[in-house]
Amino acid sequence: MSLSAVDLAYGYPERQIGRAITLALRAGEVLALLGPNGRGKTTLLKTLLGLLPPQAGGLTLDEKPLAGLTVSERARALGYVPQAHAGTFAFSVFTVVLMGRTAHGALFAAPSRHDREVAMVMLERLGILELAERPYTQISGGERQLVLIARALAQEPRYVILDEPTASLDFGNQGKVMAQIGRLAAEGLGVLFTTHDPNQALRHADRVMMIREGRMLASGIAKDLLTPARLMELYGVGIETVRDGEGRVAFLPGE
Amino acid sequence: MSPSSARGNLFAVGLLALGVVLAFALGRFPVGPGDLLRILWAGVSGQPSGLPPQLETVIWNIRGPRVIAAMLCGAALAVAGTAFQGLFRNPLVSPDILGASSGAALGAVVGIYFSLGIVGIQLGAFIGGLIAVGAVCVVGSTIRRGDPVLALVLTGVVIGSLLGAGIGLVKYWADPYNQLPAMTFWLLGSLAGAAKPDLLPLLGPVALGSVVLIALRWRMNVMSLPEEEARALGLNTGPLRLTIVAAATLVTSASVAAAGIIGWVGLVVPHLARFLVGPDFGKLVPTSAILGGGYLLIIDTLARTIGPVETPLGILTAVIGTPFFIWLLASARGGWS
Repeated sequence: MSLSAVDLAYGYPERQIGRAITLALRAGEVLALLGPNGRGKTTLLKTLLGLLPPQAGGLTLDEKPLAGLTVSERARALGYVPQAHAGTFAFSVFTVVLMGRTAHGALFAAPSRHDREVAMVMLERLGILELAERPYTQISGGERQLVLIARALAQEPRYVILDEPTASLDFGNQGKVMAQIGRLAAEGLGVLFTTHDPNQALRHADRVMMIREGRMLASGIAKDLLTPARLMELYGVGIETVRDGEGRVAFLPGE
Repeated sequence: MSPSSARGNLFAVGLLALGVVLAFALGRFPVGPGDLLRILWAGVSGQPSGLPPQLETVIWNIRGPRVIAAMLCGAALAVAGTAFQGLFRNPLVSPDILGASSGAALGAVVGIYFSLGIVGIQLGAFIGGLIAVGAVCVVGSTIRRGDPVLALVLTGVVIGSLLGAGIGLVKYWADPYNQLPAMTFWLLGSLAGAAKPDLLPLLGPVALGSVVLIALRWRMNVMSLPEEEARALGLNTGPLRLTIVAAATLVTSASVAAAGIIGWVGLVVPHLARFLVGPDFGKLVPTSAILGGGYLLIIDTLARTIGPVETPLGILTAVIGTPFFIWLLASARGGWS
């Protein structure tokens, strides 16, 4: 069971952004897409979600071609957590999470009692039940990110794809969000997230794919792959390595 | 339903009821609520009402159709405005953003210019609105760059101003003594001409469009999100957007055909409704419909009664709408609650 890309090329009609991407996101596993900031990673995520047609290569969801699924079939399999934004209307947090149930109801259907229950369960699962009636526009960036994760979980997907889940968060909120990501994989979901921070990948991901300018530099088990030499190649700067007494490793950017 | 939204709906229904009572009680032939009920009951039961037949004529043939037309147009414009504000993710949008009103107005003034008679003018308005929005959709969808919603809005603005030029040209050609006043009256909006035979052709498209929009209200929450998020949540955004645009255009064109251009209702009422029941479209759309019906009915009653001659609706909606909107802009903090 996996979301798999083989020799994938992606981009927009007028411009190719990346190619020769091969990856597999398996159930119960965290995969980090690591690379410098730029447009490449978000575009790859949109392609993996079926929002952008691939330009070449194969893309399958649990051995079936992704392009053969309907929009709502895809939404029931793949949960998407975009980068948090404020939004136009001051929907309550509960309403935002309830939107995750869209693919489970008919076009004209009102949300069912079951849909409401699922939304409440997901709020509770992320520890933000007390935010339920607050306007989504008036909560903090970290809270919004948790709300969007709850919304993706309300889709009851098998895989969750997160775009820079900690990009705009302060230190404490980064910790909270990353802890949730680990928990999701422990519960059997396949989790893919993008990040520019190698320490996050090292600490929270099972596997890592390094990507730069639309090309796959390397991919493999996080602990094996994340070495100073590789990171130097990826970011083009010197890397300092910090070790603690228990053998844990962290990287610091140098010059 | 939470207690606060129940209170909001109660207010909307109360306003509508007040509007109905006032609409019959004010005017050259005042009809009190008691007499109104008696005549309505007589109509249902077939028994004589015991009231002057003159009064019955006022209710069944003059005031009644006008009241129904006002409620229908008001409700439809409000629902269309609510849908468009969600679809275009912008609370300053009104149902004519895609050129429905300008197209309908051009159709109407062309009808007046060729002296087509009332049916021809109404048909011209209705078809003009549909063609204008159809053109905007076709042109907008050929723009492949960037956000499709933005492409649609910008195309609407551009084609709307072209239609405005067209209206100006027809007015310039028109006979200044005969046709020009008729055109001006049409462009300012009025329900004075709403009579029984008008109701049926209006009812069809307005009811159809409104039912579609009300049925889709739970999906409008998701449609107000960025395009790719809405699709990731499982909505086929392209066809759904087209359906909402078509339904809103149907009701806008039909109401322009019946009553000329009535601005502001589709812009102001959704905000009032949002104050009452909050931004969730599932609750907002029905409340907008009720509130819009009451709002236009009260405005139309004012239009009939404040001066020796009827005041055009467009004037009143603008005079009421402008200060309201300035207040709204000044007091809005962050998101639109």
